[in-house]
Amino acid sequence: MIERSYDVVIVGSGAGGGTVAAELVPLVADGRRVLLLEQGARLEPAEFTGREIEMADALYEEGGAVLTGDGTMTLALGRTYGGSTSVYTGTSLVVPERVIRSWAVPDLEYEDVRSRSAKYAAQNNVHLLPPEEINENNRLFVEGCTGIGLVAEQFPVNVKGCRGSSLCNLGCPNQAKQGTDRVQLPAAERGGVEIVTRAEVVRVEERALVVRVRSTREGDKGGPSEWAPGEYRVKAGIVVVAGGSIGSSALLLRSRLPAELRRLGEGFTCHPAHILVAEHPSEITNDVGHPKSFYLDRAEQEGYVLETCMYFPFVTAKNLTGFGPDHSRLMRAFRRLQMILVLACDRAVPGNRITVDRAGRPVVHYRFTPQVVTALVQATRTSARIFFAAGAERVHAPSANPPLLEARDAERVNALIDERHFLPGKISVSAAHLMGGCGMGSGPRDSVTDAWGRVHGLPWLRVADSSLFVDALQINPYLTVMALADRVAEKIRYEAADLLDGWQAGDTGAPDAV
Amino acid sequence: MTATGSPPPPVQPQLRALAETFVPEIAGSDPNEWREVLGIIDQALGRQTHAVRRQLLLFAGVLDWLPVLRHGRRFRSLDPERRLRFLQALQDSRLVLLRRGVWGLRTLTFMGYYARPAAYSEIDYGAHPDGWERP
Repeated sequence: MIERSYDVVIVGSGAGGGTVAAELVPLVADGRRVLLLEQGARLEPAEFTGREIEMADALYEEGGAVLTGDGTMTLALGRTYGGSTSVYTGTSLVVPERVIRSWAVPDLEYEDVRSRSAKYAAQNNVHLLPPEEINENNRLFVEGCTGIGLVAEQFPVNVKGCRGSSLCNLGCPNQAKQGTDRVQLPAAERGGVEIVTRAEVVRVEERALVVRVRSTREGDKGGPSEWAPGEYRVKAGIVVVAGGSIGSSALLLRSRLPAELRRLGEGFTCHPAHILVAEHPSEITNDVGHPKSFYLDRAEQEGYVLETCMYFPFVTAKNLTGFGPDHSRLMRAFRRLQMILVLACDRAVPGNRITVDRAGRPVVHYRFTPQVVTALVQATRTSARIFFAAGAERVHAPSANPPLLEARDAERVNALIDERHFLPGKISVSAAHLMGGCGMGSGPRDSVTDAWGRVHGLPWLRVADSSLFVDALQINPYLTVMALADRVAEKIRYEAADLLDGWQAGDTGAPDAV
Repeated sequence: MTATGSPPPPVQPQLRALAETFVPEIAGSDPNEWREVLGIIDQALGRQTHAVRRQLLLFAGVLDWLPVLRHGRRFRSLDPERRLRFLQALQDSRLVLLRRGVWGLRTLTFMGYYARPAAYSEIDYGAHPDGWERP
């Protein structure tokens, strides 16, 4: 095993890890050595082709379809330089005050989260797209909402030079999306933070990490790792875990740390979602333009959020319920399809949690609570009304049987779309907002970390990602992850002298065989 | 299944019957198109754990024999309408295991079929890196 030594090691390069890396540049300026390890690869701009399977394989864990333990939901986790910020749509909202208040985490104030969110909104060029860049898929959503007396809101997005490829979830082929891969990570590298890709952290030990650096395989996208393939033991004065809700929780679970972390892995939420599709009589612009420009926030009233969306052929096919001639007909109407993503605002409940199997791989245990099913079904009814009000002639509703509703059914959506048709295992449900597992709180009895991401009982170990969330955020989580990571980095800067007193990252970077 | 040639003979008829039920257009595929579809499926299966792979292939085998109980014929020998109704009944089953199994096989078939560039033009899907300025 090869040994290395750093003052700070960050695990993960997404919204959390990327933010911490950039915010620790002042430590580098003070002579500290900071390393970031990313499990995925770093792709060249030309490698972002927009082709569905090859990009999903290159950018997501298990191609974007990690199954939950009982196989009834798929989870999408980014695994690349920039983590999930390279595969989301760039939607950037500030968390509602009610959510932070409901978490009741001592020393976590809404105003602090809000002001830090604003910092990253500015840093990552978050703004509203001008009307001429809004496609018909989005405009019809707004029209439909208006038609049934609801008000759609526009998503602020973090793009710069967006050409409207609509391929955000496959990694922007024009590098327009301003995720950590475009903003924080390059800034960190310019400031002297070392980044190593294709580096999987096997486990965390007392102020050290065991790391496996993988070689590239034939056909792999992305460059080779910055380190030679092999096993490393990396000593670290401070370890910051930012591998996402599932990655961070699983890493700490399999590390068997010398602290009692009874809540580790608990409190998992994910905004379970499904894609709804409607067929219009004539073509609309849907596969061109930013795909997610508007949303309808019904979280507080009815426990769901609707978002515009536009997906790719396989993902669309997968998310339509059923198969056979009806399914094929709908797929062949692609140019006439309008899409809405329905997200349920689930709550942290006992049993929904992350564990690891005997090999240390994460297992996500998730059951759809009655509240989630009710929210998804109610959201589907509202979406059907929006579709019909926007002029759709046919709506595909997973919680209806048969799932295709005709325009003449518009007045009967409540009866036709019903909870009894919500059959887990039949209906495609997926989630990309993975939250919780290392929740913040006041002590080990109720949480894994404090409000600054400090793991209880292990002052050298920090968490800086969505696993910190105490409960579902009820909005897209990235800006809040960055705000919390900013707090984690700030506390590390303040405490670095004490934590690293007597600590020496004495390695020169050369591989030393042990 | 294999990415490099036709599927092994004992597997081919049942998988073909299933795939044609999930995506009727697949029946018109020539050997090269089949190979492309199966290659994508093979890759996807390769990403799954051994247990998931084994369960899916076992389930495909069970599906071929289950209709014998009701129709006296294997799935591969049923006419297209009966195949469709049989699988629809399973996806509405009370047993989540059966629903999940059908979901898994259909999803693999959709991946094999709709992730091909040729399918993009068949369904007129036109997303392009150039976006608004696409050709």
